[in-house]
Amino acid sequence: MPDKPKVAFYWCASCGGCEESVVDLAESILDVVAAVDIVMWPVAMDFKKKDVEAMADGSILVSLVNGAIRTSEQEEMAKLMRKKSKLIIAYGSCAHTGGIPGLANQFEREEVLRYVYEESPSTVNPQKTRPELKVITNGSTVTLPNFFNVVRALDQVIDVDYYLPGCPPTPKLLKQALEVLLSGKLPEKGAVLAPDIALCDECPKKDTKPSDLKFTEFKRPHSIQIDPKVCLLAQSILCMGPATRGGCEGVCISGNMPCTGCFGPTSRIKDQGAKILSALASQVEARDEKGIDETLATIPDPVGTFYRYGLPVSLLRRKNFNSTG
Amino acid sequence: MHGNGHNGTVRIGFYICHCGHNIASIVDVKAVSEYIKSLSGVVISCEYKYMCSDPGQELIQKDIKEHSLNRIIVASCSPLLHEHTFRTAVEKGGLNPYYFQMVNIREDVSWVHTDMKAATEKAKDLSRAAVQRVFHHKSLETKHVKIHPDVLIVGGGIAGIHAALTLANAGKKVYLIERNPTIGGHMAMFDKTFPTLDCAACILTPKMSQVKNHPNIILWTYSEVAKVDGYVGNYKISIRRKPRYVNEELCVGCMDCIEKCVYKEGKTPDEFNVGLSKRKPIYIPFPQATPQIVVIDRETCIEFKSGRCKKTCVEACDRKAIDFKQKEEIKEIEVGTIILTTGYQTFDASRVPFYGYGKYPNVYTSLEVERLVNASGPTGGELILRDGRHPKTVGIIHCVGSRDKNTNRWCSRTCCMYSLKLAHLLKEHTDAEVYNFYIDIRAAGKSYEEFYDKLLDENVHFIRGRVAEVSDWAVRPSEEGKLIIRAEDTLIGIVRRVPVDMVVLAVGMEPQADSQDVRRMFNISCSTEGFFLERHPKLAPVDTFTDGIFIAGACQGPKDIPDSVAQAGAAAAQALILIDSGEIELEPNTAYVVQNECSGCRTCLTICPFTAISRDEAKQKAFINEALCKGCGTCVAACPSGAIKQNLFEDEMIFSEIDGLLKMESPACC
Amino acid sequence: MPTVEQPKENSWEPRIIAFFCNWCTYTAADLAGVSRLRYAPNARIIRVMCSGRVDPQFILDAFSKGADGVLIGGCHPGDCHYMEGNYKALRRMELLKRMMKDMGIEDKRFRLEWISASEGERVKTVINEMTEQVRALGPLGLPKKFAEWDKELESLEHEINAKGDTVHA
Repeated sequence: MPDKPKVAFYWCASCGGCEESVVDLAESILDVVAAVDIVMWPVAMDFKKKDVEAMADGSILVSLVNGAIRTSEQEEMAKLMRKKSKLIIAYGSCAHTGGIPGLANQFEREEVLRYVYEESPSTVNPQKTRPELKVITNGSTVTLPNFFNVVRALDQVIDVDYYLPGCPPTPKLLKQALEVLLSGKLPEKGAVLAPDIALCDECPKKDTKPSDLKFTEFKRPHSIQIDPKVCLLAQSILCMGPATRGGCEGVCISGNMPCTGCFGPTSRIKDQGAKILSALASQVEARDEKGIDETLATIPDPVGTFYRYGLPVSLLRRKNFNSTG
Repeated sequence: MHGNGHNGTVRIGFYICHCGHNIASIVDVKAVSEYIKSLSGVVISCEYKYMCSDPGQELIQKDIKEHSLNRIIVASCSPLLHEHTFRTAVEKGGLNPYYFQMVNIREDVSWVHTDMKAATEKAKDLSRAAVQRVFHHKSLETKHVKIHPDVLIVGGGIAGIHAALTLANAGKKVYLIERNPTIGGHMAMFDKTFPTLDCAACILTPKMSQVKNHPNIILWTYSEVAKVDGYVGNYKISIRRKPRYVNEELCVGCMDCIEKCVYKEGKTPDEFNVGLSKRKPIYIPFPQATPQIVVIDRETCIEFKSGRCKKTCVEACDRKAIDFKQKEEIKEIEVGTIILTTGYQTFDASRVPFYGYGKYPNVYTSLEVERLVNASGPTGGELILRDGRHPKTVGIIHCVGSRDKNTNRWCSRTCCMYSLKLAHLLKEHTDAEVYNFYIDIRAAGKSYEEFYDKLLDENVHFIRGRVAEVSDWAVRPSEEGKLIIRAEDTLIGIVRRVPVDMVVLAVGMEPQADSQDVRRMFNISCSTEGFFLERHPKLAPVDTFTDGIFIAGACQGPKDIPDSVAQAGAAAAQALILIDSGEIELEPNTAYVVQNECSGCRTCLTICPFTAISRDEAKQKAFINEALCKGCGTCVAACPSGAIKQNLFEDEMIFSEIDGLLKMESPACC
Repeated sequence: MPTVEQPKENSWEPRIIAFFCNWCTYTAADLAGVSRLRYAPNARIIRVMCSGRVDPQFILDAFSKGADGVLIGGCHPGDCHYMEGNYKALRRMELLKRMMKDMGIEDKRFRLEWISASEGERVKTVINEMTEQVRALGPLGLPKKFAEWDKELESLEHEINAKGDTVHA
């Protein structure tokens, strides 16, 4: 047993879907379990923080960390995993680019807490009680992690070696990644372990996109009867495929849902949202300001649409509030 | 900056130019040079009085060799002025010219700022941006494009005629296009020319017939350019030949048809005589019109209006040249270069209502007077006013529609001189008293001042002052039946009332009404007032910003005949340079698709205005045809996965410029 | 991270990045120079061949690196040297402007202007106007804000280190 490489899984601000995707390896997971020694996996196994702390620095071959960093506890654990691991893989959209939790970067910490603890329709909290960082009950002190003002991708907190993109990554990509890592033939540091070409390359509807597409409006998937054979952009449905890294093999598109960009951009792009914005707006048919605005008004939430998974790693990172708090 | 080392070790030479005092008096060039020296990658940083001079260029070449420099930056004037100079110098120094980058610290800094500290900081920022940019520069191959030897000239006035003859005499094939039925332009309408008083027709008509007979000139009158495609060396032009309803091959200009027209008298204002006489529906604009071919005006011809004309003209023509079924024809031609000589229009004098044009019959424009005093004009050269009288006193009002904030601000340059000429001619024809009302007399041309002196000797009166009004409101018996010109005589400081029989308005020169459409068609620019914009006001006066398209004559700005002819010659010479060198260097700033990065999403295909991008169906990827790409970079900005790159303007170059501009401290580490 | 500027509050000057197209606005800026028009020294010009080359990423990058304003100058509609690059710029900028508003960047910090080669005077007016508008808004200072945001990582690190004390207290 001691010869087997040590592997750890950890989760931060995430939904649990990434954990599911590991289980989605199905019977292949047995090969993984056979090949490695899992030393940390909170969702499935009973290891504690102190067990990891007790390990020698760098003794874990690879830690797959999913989720964004939103709290001080997540930061602390990410730093601990970094210290103990040779390699860190940011696993899934949230760790890679900030993911859905990253959309909270449109709001200040106070706005988020007030909504969750006071204003949301399902909340009953007449005393407006908020969680405290330290509470002393019955003589013992209970501490809670701090809730950061800013949501961060993993590499904005610790050094990351590789990225496995996707919400969640597909089992195929995970399997390929593990095989590569275990083989010892390491890719260049910082690599995203998916093809560096946009999704259209592998899109099943690729051939049906016309070469003279012009937009007069953008439609929502629920508002039309989608032709399953035809490119969604050709049906005026906003698809992020052209600006999103491939590798998922078009799973959403095969289900007649547009790509929402979870694999992040290709390596050449600094800002996925700016790029899809540029591509789509360029193809608007109108030439006058009014006509252009009317067409573009059919994209009601550009930030939420173009940065659905990547706001924390976008060039602006977060909404600018005049009070820098 | 370690990531930038992929070109091997970057060794930058930075040179900042004083440009005499132009830069050095506002920018602390020494401070900039010292600061740049501290940046990573910079091997040499120095200042020099005139970088564009031979010693300046030799300095670069020497340093390239002695210090193995592989990037050169010159901070001096605008790249639009000297980028080519320095690229050539760099190339002579043995380095690929595209390793050069220019920083504009004159037009963008020293000439527009006054604060030395702020200007110096800005110069540092711009220079630092260039230092960061050149790390990403690459060796590129200059593109060469073959030049089709034929030339298109648009507009058959004196400028177009002169340019056409110059090129044709040099053995080049020229298409001369004129939208009127004849060439000759405004010059053909003039009586005499200043200051020599040669007869305009006598010097112009021989050139017109040379054009007609020149084996190298294809003259298409009554024709307009309909469409312009292509690029320098390879323009594809569609010419719309309007139907004359007269077969050009058959008509010999005998004019028998005109005489036999069912109209015994002309009914339509004659364009050539500026409406002072009438012409028939079938006509030749003037006796020396070129080509000598009759034209039928569809708007006034009875056959076209009712279909029931006796068609006496057809009977009269032995050669059966009249063809009412003639259709508009589109001719497609290919040329390598284009010269625009589309001329000007005169200012519409009714826009200054207080001068009474259109209200008082005896108020004339200068162009009308040219026709009135002309021997072949509507009155045979006898000066008879609209009311039948001969004038005994004439007032010439200068600067009508010129030097006037309410109409046109510019000086039309020709009016002073032609007013003097008309004063002379009027005096000669009528012996009237002639008064010139002027703001300033601008007689700055060879023998022009002498001509002014001559007029002073001829007892022509000059009153310095802008005319307030022309009216027929007599307040004294001597003013009865006269037009009264009221003006301040600024030399003696009184308001004068001068009663005259005839008023001549010296109307200014304006851009043609459709100059904006024309320049859009040819993809060139206009200056604020609407004249075509030259590439450089001093050093490239007949070039435009579009390679292979030149301008000459009054379409570029008001000018007289000698200047128009000189420009036409210059434009012809510029075209000859291109034709005889056979090819032109093009900026290698084209875009290309990195094949293994292209997802085949087709975004670029939909937005390229030049259809330079096509899809390789086998590979399912986009492909850019370099010959068709004009280097705008729009597809690069639109490519959603960053698979298209533009030479000279790669993303990394621009990002590093942004970074360099905004970084306040040394970028030596990051 | 780029080096962060630390200006004294009273010495702050707006920094504007201007992307000018080669054929119209850059030429107009040259004309402004040749005509010796005087204007504010706050804009830094980057020459591109066409306003259609301006990638929205450039604008966001400029803001993220410390620009207080971004100006784009192109040919007037119908006048683009490349037929319609300026229309593409207009379409992109309309959407970008809306998006940036959602991201808390005031629209006066970002301006798209059509300035033809002959409008040197307009270059002066626009740069002067924009400098004053941005000055009135104050610094955007994103690099500084990024650094401030990231202080929460350090400060909480202190808190984590101090946590042991809390438990025992």
